[in-house]
Amino acid sequence: MTTNTEAAQTLSQDELVEAIRGATDEVFTTMLNLTVAAGAEFVEKEEAVPCSGVVSLIGLAGAWVGSGSMACSAGCAAKIASALLMTPYTAIDEDVLDAVAEVTNMIIGNVKTALESRLGAMGLSTPTVIYGRNFQTRSSGNQKWTVVPFALGDDQMCVQVCISPNDDAGKKTTRTGFPVPHLLRT
Amino acid sequence: MLDVLIVDDSAAIRKILQRVLRQTEIPIGTVYEAGDGAEALETMRRQTIGLVLSDINMPNMDGLEFLTKMRAEQIWNGIPVLMVSTEGTQAKVLEAVGRGASGYVRKPFTAEQIQEKLVGLI
Repeated sequence: MTTNTEAAQTLSQDELVEAIRGATDEVFTTMLNLTVAAGAEFVEKEEAVPCSGVVSLIGLAGAWVGSGSMACSAGCAAKIASALLMTPYTAIDEDVLDAVAEVTNMIIGNVKTALESRLGAMGLSTPTVIYGRNFQTRSSGNQKWTVVPFALGDDQMCVQVCISPNDDAGKKTTRTGFPVPHLLRT
Repeated sequence: MLDVLIVDDSAAIRKILQRVLRQTEIPIGTVYEAGDGAEALETMRRQTIGLVLSDINMPNMDGLEFLTKMRAEQIWNGIPVLMVSTEGTQAKVLEAVGRGASGYVRKPFTAEQIQEKLVGLI
């Protein structure tokens, strides 16, 4: 296994996309008994544009640093919670937000596990979930996100990861911004 | 009847694990819940727990610290602890076992995986 001190300095787009697709598929099949169909991945830079829906965000830190997130509409979030908890939900409440956070935690946690053997050990933050209308996010970063869209029946969601080597570990605080997914833009 | 403690910061996972427990043939009594390791230790001081299912990544006190503190108390030494976590590397599993975990299941999990592990522990 690669240790922190000898962590790999490159990660191909294909490796990252494969990890995202594999983790998302496994979580939805195993825990939700739902099938997701992955679309074509793309790279996106953050932009401060208004959006609506549910966004769940998790930080990664270690030899490599970054963030992972899942974003979907309110209706899609309710569908995810209904499948996970085997209870029908039609609107956003605490249970739905917690379910989306946990699904994101499992997906990004498994992406991390898939990459750790090459990139070195990383820690995972607890998820933050945002739900609202017409909100904006921005940061001082200039990060590129690898975005993988998924179709969940008639709904759409996306899983995205932004990760880079932690060259300045211990010297500065690393912050990554968040690109508003196209599917949530108002 | 076996009283169980589920430790996870996600209410969704606590609910799912509670449902899985009730589906086993193990005679389950009261199922207590805690959102982190500190809450779990408080619950264990007040109740007689026979089985613990715990996450690792949690705020305040994580599952590994909880496990270490729990195993340091002689009265809780024999209680089986099943770790249920997204942390899936071999290093993390070995660390948990080294600190006294009785078993390990990686998230995402199936009900059958949890039930199989529990039958082996009880």
